[in-house]
Amino acid sequence: MTALASAAPLRLWRQSTVVRHLTLSVVGLVVLYFVSTSLDAFANLQLAQVCYTAIATAGLTVLSGLSGQISLGHGAFVAVGAYTTALLLEHLQWPLALVLFGSVVVGGALGCLVGVAAARLRGPYLAGATLALAVGLPSLADYHGLRDLLGGANGLIVTPEPPPLSLGESFPLERWQAWICGLCLVITLFLLSNLASSRLGRDMRLVREDEQAAALSGVPVARTQIVTFGISAAFAGLAGGLFAIVNNLAAPGAFTLALSLSLLTAAVVGGLGSLAGAVYGAVIVTLLPNWTADLAQQANLPRAIYANIPLVLYGLVLIVVIVVFPGGIQSGVRKLGALLLRRARPDRPQESRQET
Amino acid sequence: MTVRRHISVAVALTATVALAAACASRSDSAGATPGVTADTVTIGSTIPLTGTAAPGYSEQGPAAKAFFDYVNANGGVNGRKITLKYLDDAYNPAQTVTLTKQLVLQDKVFAIVGSLGTPTHTKVVDFLNSSRVPDLFVASGCTCWDQPKAHPYTFGWQPDYTVEGKILGDYVKKNFAGKKVAYFYQDDDFGHDGMKGLDKYIDQSSVVSRQPYQPGNTDVAAQVSAIAASKADVVVLEAIPAYTALFKLTSLKLGYSPTLVASSVGADPITVSGLLENFAKQAGSSVKGQDLIEGLVTSAYLPALDDTSNSWTALFKKIHDQYIPNVPFDGNVYYAMSYAYTFTQALARAGKNPTRQGVIDALEKGGLTGSGLVPFRYGKDSHAGYTGGQIAMVKAGKQVSAGTPLVTDDGDGAVTPYTQPQPQAPANGIPAG
Repeated sequence: MTALASAAPLRLWRQSTVVRHLTLSVVGLVVLYFVSTSLDAFANLQLAQVCYTAIATAGLTVLSGLSGQISLGHGAFVAVGAYTTALLLEHLQWPLALVLFGSVVVGGALGCLVGVAAARLRGPYLAGATLALAVGLPSLADYHGLRDLLGGANGLIVTPEPPPLSLGESFPLERWQAWICGLCLVITLFLLSNLASSRLGRDMRLVREDEQAAALSGVPVARTQIVTFGISAAFAGLAGGLFAIVNNLAAPGAFTLALSLSLLTAAVVGGLGSLAGAVYGAVIVTLLPNWTADLAQQANLPRAIYANIPLVLYGLVLIVVIVVFPGGIQSGVRKLGALLLRRARPDRPQESRQET
Repeated sequence: MTVRRHISVAVALTATVALAAACASRSDSAGATPGVTADTVTIGSTIPLTGTAAPGYSEQGPAAKAFFDYVNANGGVNGRKITLKYLDDAYNPAQTVTLTKQLVLQDKVFAIVGSLGTPTHTKVVDFLNSSRVPDLFVASGCTCWDQPKAHPYTFGWQPDYTVEGKILGDYVKKNFAGKKVAYFYQDDDFGHDGMKGLDKYIDQSSVVSRQPYQPGNTDVAAQVSAIAASKADVVVLEAIPAYTALFKLTSLKLGYSPTLVASSVGADPITVSGLLENFAKQAGSSVKGQDLIEGLVTSAYLPALDDTSNSWTALFKKIHDQYIPNVPFDGNVYYAMSYAYTFTQALARAGKNPTRQGVIDALEKGGLTGSGLVPFRYGKDSHAGYTGGQIAMVKAGKQVSAGTPLVTDDGDGAVTPYTQPQPQAPANGIPAG
C-alpha cells in the first residue's frame, strides 16, 4: 500500500464527521450482531434492556451535559413512549418501525411543550417542575375517564411480534428484540453525536456556559433550550416504545420516580454529556441490580437483610464510582486511554486537552 | 479530540455486550425437563419483598420456602428436594417481567409457583404460556387466571374475588334486609370483580353509595365522608389491608361506625390491627387495633390461625416455629404454606419422573386436597382454585367462623352449603402421590 493511497481515506476520516460516525455505527452493528448471536436468551433480553436504557440516557445526557438543563422527569417521557407504542400496536397495528416513530414524535412533541416551561425555569425550579412531571404523569392512567383507554393501574399488555419467519422458525424472540433495540441505539448514537458536533450542538454548549453571552452572540437561547428538550424527550419516547415491546407492557407501576432517577444516575455515573458514558451508565443501572440480587440470594442471609442487600450494594457501587471518577466512568476511560497512549508513544510527551 | 470520543462510543458498546455476556449462559440443563435433576426440582416465584406492597406479603416467600425445607428434611418428593427461588419484584410489573424471564430462561425453573399480584402477574401470563411453563397458584383472586383455553398452563389458587363477593353479598342480603349498604372498593380488577359478585345478591335499591379508591393514594377522606353522608348501615370493603385500616380510622374521625364486611384479602386480623396501630402512631395518637375491628365480617377459606386442634394449623405452626420463628404466624404465612402444600401434592401426583405436562395433568385430573375448608375446582374445564369460603367474624382479634362453609362459582350458580368434613393433614405433613 503506498502512502498516497492510505492518506486519502485517512483525510476523509479526519475531515468528515459523518463518515467517521457512519463507520463507527457499522462497526457497532457488527459487534452487536456477533455478541447477540453468542448470548443466550436471557442475556439477549438484558442486552435489549441495556440498549433502550442507553437510548433514554443518551437523550438525557445531551440535555443536561450539553445544554445544561436538568430533568428529574425523563421517566415520564419513557412512559408516554411506552403507552403510545402499546396503543398504536393494539388499535392500529402499524408496522413496528412506524409505531416506534410514533413514540418518537409523541415524546418529542410533549418534550417541546415541557421545554417551553423549562426554558423559563432555572436550577432547582426546573428540577422541581420535572420531578412533578415524573410523579404526576403516570397517575393519569388512574384518571377515571381514561381508565378504559389506558387500563388503569393494571396498564396495557403488549403482545410481542414474533421474529420474521425468514430468520428461521426457532429464532429466539429475545435476540430479535435485542437486534431491534441495538439498531435503534446505534441510530440514536449516530444522530446525537452528529448533533453534538453540529451548529445546534455548539449553540447548546454556549447556552450552557453563559446564557447572556450566548444571547449577545446571536444564539437564540430559549429556542435552543426548547429544541434540546424536545430532542431529548423524543429519544426517551423511543426508549419507551422499545421498553413496551421488550417488557410486553405499559403500566403506571413501571414508570416510577425511581426510573427517572436511575436514568439520571446512569447519565452522571457514565459521565455527564458523553454519549459513551450514557452506554456505560445504562449497563450499570440495568445489570447491577440483577447481579447484586443474585449475590444476595447466594449468600443465604435473613430475609430482612437479603431484601435490602441489592439496594445497599447498588448504592455502594454508585458512591465508589463517583468518588473514584468524579467526571463519570468516561473520564476514567479517557484518563486510562491517555496513559496507555503515552506509554505506547513516549515521543509525544503532551496530550492535547480534551474537550468535554 | 472528537475522534477519540467517538471511538470510545464503540468501546463502550463492546464493553456493554462483553459485560452482558459475563452473566450469560451459566446453567445448561442436560435433562429433558427443565428444573428437574435426579435429586432436585427447582421452582421460582416473584414476590414484593420491598416497597409499598411488602408488609405482610413479603412473608410469603420465606413461608413457602420453610414448607419446602420441611418436605426436603423429610425425604422430599419421590427422592427429589424442592428448591424455591423467590425474587423481589417490588410490585413493579416491569421488574416482574424481567425476573420471571430470568427464572425461566436463565435459572431454567420447572414451574412458577405462587407469584403475587394482579397488575404484576398479568404481564407474564402470555410469556409463561407460550413458553409452556406451568404457572401455578397465582397469589391473587382475579378471575383472569381461570381461562384453561387461552392460558392452559396458568392456575389460580385462592377463591376468586367474584366467588367471595357472592358469598358476602348473600350474607348481607340475609342478615341486613332493609338496611342501607355502601361499597368501598379498589378501583381495579380486584374491586370490580368483587362488586360483580356482591351485586348478584344485594338489592340495587339498597346500595346507597359506591366509592372507589386508588391504591397508592392514602387520603380517603372524600370517599369515607361520602359514605358517611349516605348513612349506610353496612359498608362492604373490597380493599387490601392498608385500606381496611384507613377506612376504619377515617370513619372514626367522622364519628361514623357502620357494620363492616370485608373481602378476605383485607381482613387478616393480625395484619389489619397492626396497620391500624401503625397509622394511628404516625398521626400522633394511639389506638388498640384489635378493638377497632371487633365484629368485622369476612369470608375465610382456610382454618383459623389459633385453632391448634385443626391438623393443618398444627402442622403449619410446627413448621413455622422450627424454620421461620422470627416471622409472625399470620394469614400470609398460613396462605403460603398452604399453596406450597398444594404444589408438593401436584408434584407427587405427577409421578416418579415429573414433567411439566405431568403436573398440569395431575391438576386437571382434580381431587387435590389441602388446608382449605372447601374443595378446589381444578379440572379440564376449570383452573380456578378454592370454590368458596365460610363466613367469619373478628372477635377479640381472632377470626371466629360461623355456620357451614359455602361454595359457589363466578357465574350465576347458587351459593350452597358444603357439608363434607375438612380432610386431615397427613401425619408426617407430606402429601402422598
